[in-house]
Amino acid sequence: MNQLVILSGKGGTGKTTVAAALAHLASEEMPVVLADADVDAANLELVLSPQVQETHDFIGGKLAIINPNACTACGICAEVCRFEAPHPPQGGVGEVYTIDPLACEGCASCFYQCPVEAIRMEDQVAGRWFRSDTRFGPLFHAHLFAGQENSGKLVTMVKQQARLWALDSGADLLIVDGPPGIGCPVIAASAGADLALLVVEPTISGIHDLKRVLATTNHFGVPALVCINKADINLRRSAEVSAFCAAQGIALVGQVPYDTVVTAAMVQGLPVTAYGDGPMSQAIRDLWREVKERIGKGGERDARF
Amino acid sequence: MIIAVASGKGGTGKTTVAVNLALSIAADQSVSPARPLFLDCDVEEPNAHLFLNPTIEHREEVGILIPEVDYSKCTFCGRCAEVCAYHAIAVVKQKVLVFPELCHGCGSCTLNCPEEAIHEVLNVTGVIEEGWAGGIRFAHGILNIGEPMAVPLIRQLKKRIGEAGLPPHPVVILDASPGTSCPVVETMRGADFVLLVTEPTPFGLHDLRLAVEVAREVGASSRIPLPVGVVINRDGVGDRGVEDYCAAEGIPILMRIPLDRRIAEAYSEGVTIVEALPEYQERFVELYRRIEELAR
Repeated sequence: MNQLVILSGKGGTGKTTVAAALAHLASEEMPVVLADADVDAANLELVLSPQVQETHDFIGGKLAIINPNACTACGICAEVCRFEAPHPPQGGVGEVYTIDPLACEGCASCFYQCPVEAIRMEDQVAGRWFRSDTRFGPLFHAHLFAGQENSGKLVTMVKQQARLWALDSGADLLIVDGPPGIGCPVIAASAGADLALLVVEPTISGIHDLKRVLATTNHFGVPALVCINKADINLRRSAEVSAFCAAQGIALVGQVPYDTVVTAAMVQGLPVTAYGDGPMSQAIRDLWREVKERIGKGGERDARF
Repeated sequence: MIIAVASGKGGTGKTTVAVNLALSIAADQSVSPARPLFLDCDVEEPNAHLFLNPTIEHREEVGILIPEVDYSKCTFCGRCAEVCAYHAIAVVKQKVLVFPELCHGCGSCTLNCPEEAIHEVLNVTGVIEEGWAGGIRFAHGILNIGEPMAVPLIRQLKKRIGEAGLPPHPVVILDASPGTSCPVVETMRGADFVLLVTEPTPFGLHDLRLAVEVAREVGASSRIPLPVGVVINRDGVGDRGVEDYCAAEGIPILMRIPLDRRIAEAYSEGVTIVEALPEYQERFVELYRRIEELAR
């Protein structure tokens, strides 16, 4: 079983569009399992019409709670907290300290330092994760509640569940739709991947961000492939990406044109390849062929580039 | 006036709007005689400098404080590991292991060590660069490759707001990262207004709803409602979902930027809208004035 993660660094370059289309194409040839590792803004479900089979609470971390009857408003919690979570009394009679749940990182420093033991630590349900059926295979996805922490931990949960399911069911491929950025959720999404597909757009910021996400996959030893999306919006910048890939010895496995059909397919709730068979779908079919060839070979350095 | 520019979904045009808003305010003396402060809070993938081309005058390594054990005092009692909520410190036989990438820098192990055998040292996780981009005071954070935690860097970056010794910046523009979790919360905290940039597609709408929820949560947690407004970018693609949602929720749509090949081409080369299409400057100043009204 192979694990393919789709990343980009910059947001909005087309990770989910590519992931959904690859899920569609791969499922025609082999059993696949899908995981949406963008738990902040999970969009894969919008084009896969999932039927939810299982729902689970996700315990993110702990949250400090101050018992107003025990608090003496001494202020030690606020002194020791490095995250400005304890809010001082506002001046009303009998008012005590309260904890800002968004600021609290669950470190329990206040819990240990409170001289009157007025603070307790409570598990916090920070989101939910789901196993769903889709026409292309099982999808593991999650919703982190607004403003919660520990999205990396939830990503790890979703991916582990997907991986176990893939191994148990004898699937050949696990496709992980990654989050933007290079920090904790991306690191969690890439862990254990056999191959990363980096979707870049030919813009100055797209290229800047590609370099940082590639440095990240290199740092964690995940071999990478590159695909240019909206390749025709700036041919000069596309050429720059292809020269960069050549210099890095990374295979450029696809050049997908800009096409409003992506939005039309999204409005219909379909992967673009299931919506129609225009130039865009053709380009993604070519991309899939190139990716498939390299799956299981650890994306070895490509002699052609 | 602190304006956080966010979106939920990536690639909707946060940086485009933030940069053009800053340039337009800086160029229009009638808005304010003082210079805006621009903080790029997307420390994982900072891009604003590609459009503003700031001259960097100052560079500072930043990070979090992590524990360091003084073995002449440590008795290996294990209290530090017991109180650490992140499993960032472990005691094995005659050794204390610290895992910097798990540490949140809360200081609890140091406070709880009965032998006072722990002190804290700076673990560098990124840099902050500062300078000027024309009339805009500029700073951004750059998270080091392989570092998981963006929030401490954003927190350090935001200390530039109201820092002594700088000229006053009556307008502060914060460019947030995509997403809806802790880095976005950290960026929005303390803002007077959240400007959400979206595109009129199902993905854009889905993530806009989440971003609105985050802004509401941040407002609730500080007990001051945080006003929000929307900019629709690439207006004309997709469907009516975003419009209907904003109408139903009473969220004002403050500006529409049409799907325009000239804007997309300029963007791809690091050219701002106001440079490529100067008539937009007035529209961004107008956007600022509407924000000013709503934030009151």
